[in-house]
Amino acid sequence: MTTATPKLPGHNTLIDAYRKMREIRDFETRISKEFAARTVPGMTHLYIGQEAVAVGVCSHLNETDAIASTHRGHGHCIAKGCDLTGMALELFRKKGGLCKGKGGSMHIADVSKGMLGANAIVGGAAPLALGAALTAKVTKSGAVSVAFAGDGATNQGTTFEAMNMAVVLKLPVIFAIENNGYGEHTARDYAVGADLTERTRAFGIPAVKVDGTDFFAVHAAMAEAVERGRNGGGPSAIEAVAYRWHGHFEGDAQAYRDKAEIKRLRETADPLQIFRERVLAEGALTAEVMDRIDAEVAEAVHQAVETALAAPVPDLSELLTDVYVSY
Amino acid sequence: MAIRSFREAINDALRDALSSDPTVILIGEDIAGGGGGIPGSHGSSGGMLGVTKGLFNKFGPDRVIDTPISESAIMGAAAGAALTGLRPVAELMFMDFFGVCFDQIYNQAAKFRYMFGGTTRTPMVVRGMVGAGFGSAAQHSQALWPIFTHIPGLKVVLPSNPYDAKGLLTRAIRDDDPVMFLEHKVLYDTKGEVPDHSYEIPFGVGNVTRRGKDVTVVAFGRMVLFANEVADKLAGEISVEVIDPRTTSPLDTELMLESVAKTGRLVVVDEATPLCSLASEVISVIATDAHGFLRSAPQKITAPHTPVPAAPVLERAYIPQPDRIEAAIRATMTDRVPARHLALIAAMNP
Repeated sequence: MTTATPKLPGHNTLIDAYRKMREIRDFETRISKEFAARTVPGMTHLYIGQEAVAVGVCSHLNETDAIASTHRGHGHCIAKGCDLTGMALELFRKKGGLCKGKGGSMHIADVSKGMLGANAIVGGAAPLALGAALTAKVTKSGAVSVAFAGDGATNQGTTFEAMNMAVVLKLPVIFAIENNGYGEHTARDYAVGADLTERTRAFGIPAVKVDGTDFFAVHAAMAEAVERGRNGGGPSAIEAVAYRWHGHFEGDAQAYRDKAEIKRLRETADPLQIFRERVLAEGALTAEVMDRIDAEVAEAVHQAVETALAAPVPDLSELLTDVYVSY
Repeated sequence: MAIRSFREAINDALRDALSSDPTVILIGEDIAGGGGGIPGSHGSSGGMLGVTKGLFNKFGPDRVIDTPISESAIMGAAAGAALTGLRPVAELMFMDFFGVCFDQIYNQAAKFRYMFGGTTRTPMVVRGMVGAGFGSAAQHSQALWPIFTHIPGLKVVLPSNPYDAKGLLTRAIRDDDPVMFLEHKVLYDTKGEVPDHSYEIPFGVGNVTRRGKDVTVVAFGRMVLFANEVADKLAGEISVEVIDPRTTSPLDTELMLESVAKTGRLVVVDEATPLCSLASEVISVIATDAHGFLRSAPQKITAPHTPVPAAPVLERAYIPQPDRIEAAIRATMTDRVPARHLALIAAMNP
């Protein structure tokens, strides 16, 4: 684990990072409540507890940089700049959603923002991020791409193939491995047969292991990875060790772990609390500034969800559109 | 106009596309020559069967990209690149290898546009070899178009001659949807007239390769050649109309309906296995929409519901041969009730 305390990034980066992490936390907390109230159809996988990873990674990216996400993708969407109301409409499968209500939680995307989609296939994202990096290389755009992968996805052959090909073709792709302890219901310690950082290095990829609850650690690791990618240095990997506070999906009884584990995580591994304490200790942001962001985000999330709840469902004609560009 | 082989016609279409559109790239195993542009490597042998020969030397390693044997990464890279602005042509070598990478094609590329609410385009082509005839057995010989045709979001192209191969591949590369382009390996050395200039053949527009009035034969891929051969043999005795759909998705059912409305008789010939097949689909469409025009039961000539065997004698029996097509045509001219139904009726009335 990289333990050196990195220097704080600039003021605007801090403000933006805190706001985005708070948006993820509040948005998903509300979605969790709505799911329990049965207003959200289908399956929903929440990102709460891992906010520092998505935001630490994406705070280095432009709209021309692409990310390929996972089934736990709301956090990546928010971190990449997707519109909260558009997201809420999509999760509630309403008209006007980011994907017209045809994608839902597991396929939510905004390619115009470089968000190439949540992905309901574990391990589905890495080859797609490889493709975005190929576009960057061929067009010499200077862009990078990020493949988000949970510890579960790192056991898929698609991830191995993408890692090797990224090295062979020297593509600017960054593998952001979110080691959150569980692949669905199965513990990482059971299912991952080696240290993930070591395993990734064995592909020939520079890899670092960081505390994924610490925005600053992720942010610093990503700075190096992005620089390497933009300068033709090929792929990088970051293993961010973080924790999934919720179940695999909402409604998961979580029989595979102790309730005490979840309580302990909330008390000791809260990325927002860790961020707050650090910036307060260094005098980089005041409590008032962050409290104001909290209030603004609470209102924005409230507005987004209320808008979505009140919105009309998709027109039935949408069933048959968007299969092909032309047919 | 020049005489070109099926293989050369595909190479011509790839060359034209690479020349005219800087966003077109080729990606796959051995397509450059196996060296991936390493100085001193044989950069232009052009893959297993030489289809991409010469393209690496002309367009270089950023446009003609050799990859490891990692089909999921190849297909995913093509899908991700298509989503972000390129027009990749990915080679799967043998289409049978879709088994190790189909997720990236059918769960990802084929569904992006729908899942993302029509906000995206995925202009990629997956090309590769299909079909039996070389003794390559069960994992290198399959006729997989029914599987690909089943997937909403994919287009499926199955050319039967060099002219169509060039025009359809040109169309496929310019198309904004993911296209499966299936090259029958037995056709690579067949020759025909091919214009030197670039041209497109639209999808969903079948081709009448023989005009006739007695029986309609709908044949797919290599089977078009056999159907033409039989039609020529029977000329003067039975007037056979042969339809080559050229694409299975979209499928030109209008052309088939018009033909059957004229002939009243239908034979469908396909090298693919019979269950949930294009042969089943064509007969279903005709039975539903042209029922009143049928004068006899449609005949379905396909491979059996088995893997492709290795022994040449078995493989030949597996592939529908001209004699079976001829017998089926004759059956439509005489039989009103299929033989198996007669057997069933006999069994029920001992």
